[in-house]
Amino acid sequence: MINLKLFFLTLLITTTLSAQNGYDIGDVATDFKLENVDNNFISLSDFSEAKGFILIFTCNTCPYAVAYEDRIEALNKKYASLGYPVVAVMPNNTKIKPGDSLEAMKKRTIEKGFTFPYLIDREQSIFPQYGATKTPHVYILEKVKGENIVRYIGAIDDNYKSASMVKVKYVENAVEELLNSKDVHVAKTKAVGCSIKI
Amino acid sequence: MKSFVYFVQLLFILGCVPNENELKIYDFQGVQPFLQQKDEKVHVVNFWATWCAPCVKELPYFEKIQEKYIKDVEVILISLDFPSQYENKLIPFLEKRQLKSKVIVLDDVDMNSWIPKVDSNWDGAIPVTLIYNSKNHQFYPQSFTYDELAIEVEKFLN
Repeated sequence: MINLKLFFLTLLITTTLSAQNGYDIGDVATDFKLENVDNNFISLSDFSEAKGFILIFTCNTCPYAVAYEDRIEALNKKYASLGYPVVAVMPNNTKIKPGDSLEAMKKRTIEKGFTFPYLIDREQSIFPQYGATKTPHVYILEKVKGENIVRYIGAIDDNYKSASMVKVKYVENAVEELLNSKDVHVAKTKAVGCSIKI
Repeated sequence: MKSFVYFVQLLFILGCVPNENELKIYDFQGVQPFLQQKDEKVHVVNFWATWCAPCVKELPYFEKIQEKYIKDVEVILISLDFPSQYENKLIPFLEKRQLKSKVIVLDDVDMNSWIPKVDSNWDGAIPVTLIYNSKNHQFYPQSFTYDELAIEVEKFLN
């Protein structure tokens, strides 16, 4: 009986720990091969010219993600040519969120004119490795000797309601610092988001 | 015309105007006292939104807890709905559900400053729940079934 209790306790601790797993600043981020809205499969290694990436776990159905759509597109317009393209990954289980199916993602991409790849983590195997828990959830990666190092984790900026009312542009500041070979000052931020549906 | 405006303002002040003005809307500073009430009760504070399906699913469990322990427990449901949705989503939702628990609304965009003040382990995903009394304090970054919630609340009652 005690053994059984111990077993469950261990199980509980292990599950709790693994739920908190994921990358921290300075960790090497995994590459992946995920399907894009144009049905091609995309990997980070395909971007041979990139200095790094603005990797964003996002989706169609979360109101916060929707509130940030235009700002995500603006980030790509501004930073893709400077070496930091946006790569968006949709992590939700589409059985629970049919509005996040690849078809729906395609439709949204066309409606909004997204210029960044919008990939689906169909097996839901990539977002847990990063430790993403919600949408939108940003990871800025810097390419160092062929490896992608995590330099920033968190929110896009400090005002989901209005782009014009933003006081601190967390992601832009971090990318600017990286482009200027500086350390990222604010490397982690928090924001409310929709939990990733598994 | 001017007196009409005053009249409307007076209505607002008196809280007589229905709809949006029935919502108790706070910034984080305004919400903070609800997270640290010092009395004999067990306080169950849940962060939710009408657009969050797992949150809506567990609302009846919080209601059931509130009804069952009407004397010893105070449930507070803190909505994170967007201001643009108060009128067309949140208010109709509350009117339809007729929730017994206290509902307040948190509208504060500077989330990076207030999320860690709720709990350092909160990454921002909802639903989350905080249970506390004068002695103990526990943060739950998870969804609940009724039984799971009842077990946790009862720990605080005993």
